[in-house]
Amino acid sequence: MIVWERRPAPSRALAWATPVLAVALTVLAGGVLFALLGKDPVLAIRTIFWEPLFGPFAGYLRGQIAIKAAPLILIAVGLSFGFRAGVWNIGAEGQYIVGALCGAAAGLALWPAETRWIFPLMVLAGTLGGLVWAMIPALLRVRFGTNEILVSLMLVYVASNLLAWAALGPLRNPEGLGFPGSRNLRQWASSANLELVPGTGLHWGGVAALGAVAAGWVLLARHPFGFAVRLMGQAPRAAAFAGVAPSRVVVLCMALSGGLAGAAGLFEVTGPAGQVSIDFAAGYGFTAIIVAFLGRLHPGGILLAGLLMALTYVGGEMAQQRLNLPAAAISLFQGMLLFFLLATDLLATHRPRWRRAAPSASPLPAAAPEEAR
Amino acid sequence: MDLSAISPALLFASLMVASTPILLAALGELVAERAGVLNLGVEGMMITGAVAGFAAAHASGSAALGFLGAAAGGAALSALFAVLVLWLRANQVATGLALTLFGLGFAALVGQGYVGLRAPPVPRPEIPLLRDIPVLGPVLFRHDLVVYLALGLVAGVWWFLHRTGAGLRLRAVGENHDAAHALGHDVRRIRLLAVLFGGACAGLGGAYLSLVRVPQWTEGLTAGAGWIALAIVVFASWRPWRLLLGAWLFGGLTVLQLNLQAARVPVPVELLSTAPYLVTILVLVVISSGRGRAALAAPGSLGQPFHASR
Repeated sequence: MIVWERRPAPSRALAWATPVLAVALTVLAGGVLFALLGKDPVLAIRTIFWEPLFGPFAGYLRGQIAIKAAPLILIAVGLSFGFRAGVWNIGAEGQYIVGALCGAAAGLALWPAETRWIFPLMVLAGTLGGLVWAMIPALLRVRFGTNEILVSLMLVYVASNLLAWAALGPLRNPEGLGFPGSRNLRQWASSANLELVPGTGLHWGGVAALGAVAAGWVLLARHPFGFAVRLMGQAPRAAAFAGVAPSRVVVLCMALSGGLAGAAGLFEVTGPAGQVSIDFAAGYGFTAIIVAFLGRLHPGGILLAGLLMALTYVGGEMAQQRLNLPAAAISLFQGMLLFFLLATDLLATHRPRWRRAAPSASPLPAAAPEEAR
Repeated sequence: MDLSAISPALLFASLMVASTPILLAALGELVAERAGVLNLGVEGMMITGAVAGFAAAHASGSAALGFLGAAAGGAALSALFAVLVLWLRANQVATGLALTLFGLGFAALVGQGYVGLRAPPVPRPEIPLLRDIPVLGPVLFRHDLVVYLALGLVAGVWWFLHRTGAGLRLRAVGENHDAAHALGHDVRRIRLLAVLFGGACAGLGGAYLSLVRVPQWTEGLTAGAGWIALAIVVFASWRPWRLLLGAWLFGGLTVLQLNLQAARVPVPVELLSTAPYLVTILVLVVISSGRGRAALAAPGSLGQPFHASR
């Protein structure tokens, strides 16, 4: 039988190789899935992974990848700190929505003024909105010991109801002929978050995402906060002796992830989405969780993982149009990716050893000597 | 606004029906968590059960076979979780989330062919005299079989956990897996069975939505019911009878909110719809703080990975 033996130290090489292995396995399993659906697997995989990068429409599609990757990376960098410290903010989707709502409301309150200070003000309002929304589960956990997974998740449903209410009520465009949805923020020069360099898809959200990756890298590797986060996740007792205050880490991690998610929502509502509408929330907050894990909770890895995940979105849309593939196939694909990643994680910390069946087949298993872990 | 249109008896009758799916899913999760496994994939297993149950019922024309298929579908998905968590030692939180994403995608994909079809009817037992009792009759004795099955299951789980040797072993594994292992209990086998039971129950709960409540297949029809089920388990502090109370409370809130909408209470529908979620949070805060915490006996090994040294 195969016995998994703990490595003396986790293999660094394998820690980076397993995400690649997981992607390869997902492609294989995805091929089988497409074949079962009656589609040509090679064509499907080619459409998803190759066409957006090197196909005939690559010039346009590469920009789309950057647009989709920006919010994913921005949110995932924030989440990764919490996940390292054992702070499970599952409600980034809600913080993303509330950030977009607060930012849009702050901007629309000043409509139709034309000054360049409106956009920065909206970014600030969006960031604060997401941050405050994340403070609810953070403070409840710190003060009452309430499970932050459940609270942050319940708040996603509250936020999406608030979004519907805002799009139909207070933020509805008064000149919109009764259609739901706010004024178009993309067409208002003060709030428009357009492409900065034509053809690249890079808007202010992309710039913020790159900034978050760089800042997150420094924070994690060189700052006492990064050290506290890593210590609290790996050895909570040692962290306590080292003077790390758990509640401070919880609050800071939630603030970081909530603020970044809120900012991502604001960049989205002023840029690619263009308005507050009922179908504004596209699930970036949930997909970012996969991105964070796929990137090994490291800002550099998250940058690559975010680009890859954006590729599956763009390629998936291509496959939907060309091969008539259902939209749900892509979320299935993303779920599979996370599964394979978690399954292959074991390879980094343990090594397989072939061993003959243990001789302890005696009727008294309790008598077998136990090794200490 | 006309609140007099809300009849308490009718409210309670529809509460029993509305609470059944979350009760079933929560009951399964309670057993899994009592064995020390935190499976956050309830939503994914529920919706897989919903589509599997609908497909099986539609193919066979029998609702009973539908529920059987739903239990099998939910259990199959939970088996995937069990392999990852119990054998490949994956993080339980992340694996549970992956299960939800995977289940939602899988169900939407499989369900495409079933949109707009009708489900075969679920048999309703004719309880001769009891159903004609003036108020209690409609409230208690005019439901479909699954409502009674769920209530029976609550009693069954209580009896199993607190009155049988196997239940004691399951709780031992959940409280302290190292001690249970040292006593010679097969931790992984017991946990596997608990997780499979949880998956089957979540599948049944999902099928109740797609076969009775809605009753047809629509994408994303669970709409967070799985997450509410997870919250109810904490609310019930891992005890079966309190679970029933919790499920009724949340079923009641859903029904009441629908009734308030119908009575034209001057609050936007969207804001009324947030009530069940806000109350869940409130309840979580109350039970996790102060004196409530002493009664909150979470299984000792909940969510922790188990590494048998050999």
